Amino acid sequence: MARVLLFGALRDLAGWREQIFDGVSDLTGLRSDIAQLYPDLAEAISCPGVQVAVDKALVRGNSILSAGAEVAFLPPMSGG
Amino acid sequence: MSVTVQTDVFDAGAALSAFNKGLPDAGGVVSFTGIARKDDGRTQMLELEAYLGFTEPWIEALVKEAFARFNLSDAQVIHRVGPILPGEAIVFVATAAAHRRQAFEGADFLMDHLKSRAPFWKKEHGPDGPRWIEPRQADYQDLTRWTADQTPR
Repeated sequence: MARVLLFGALRDLAGWREQIFDGVSDLTGLRSDIAQLYPDLAEAISCPGVQVAVDKALVRGNSILSAGAEVAFLPPMSGG
Repeated sequence: MSVTVQTDVFDAGAALSAFNKGLPDAGGVVSFTGIARKDDGRTQMLELEAYLGFTEPWIEALVKEAFARFNLSDAQVIHRVGPILPGEAIVFVATAAAHRRQAFEGADFLMDHLKSRAPFWKKEHGPDGPRWIEPRQADYQDLTRWTADQTPR
């Protein structure tokens, strides 16, 4: 189970901010589940410039997700 | 050192007074307040989003870098999130150091990085509806001032 958080334009695109995905054990699996349910979002989160944080630490490539992991998709940051 | 990300409106003057009172021995204090522009009514509201628990540590790491690089004796950052109206303060940065140049450069360094790299997402609400804002090219260019060596242009 992973808790997915969306920020900025990704949240507007998806129409939700937070959602639980059951039965995922790594990022690759999560991405394919997202692609099944939300193809537009899946495309947007695979754009270069979108960073991924697992439990509030940036990761690259695949990453194992522990039970209850928080996965945040971060579009390009705008600064304050 | 203090970093705060908050939705509440704040008074930059009061923040500076409080910063001055808590200071260790310092020879100079520099402060900067960023204010939401009115832009002749084109911007009705700014909406700033942060990733709480991620954004604050990012800013804290930046402040630590500024401490080491400019030998600061103290620094404070207050950053608003949520809806921000024109004329309201968005960001407050204060730095204290033994000598003025370090305090000026420390504040300048913090602002250049906060404006371009900090984990915030900014939406501008205007007459034509809302739009997400990305850093301007000038904001990225400002960053290059700090990469070549320790002396800004």
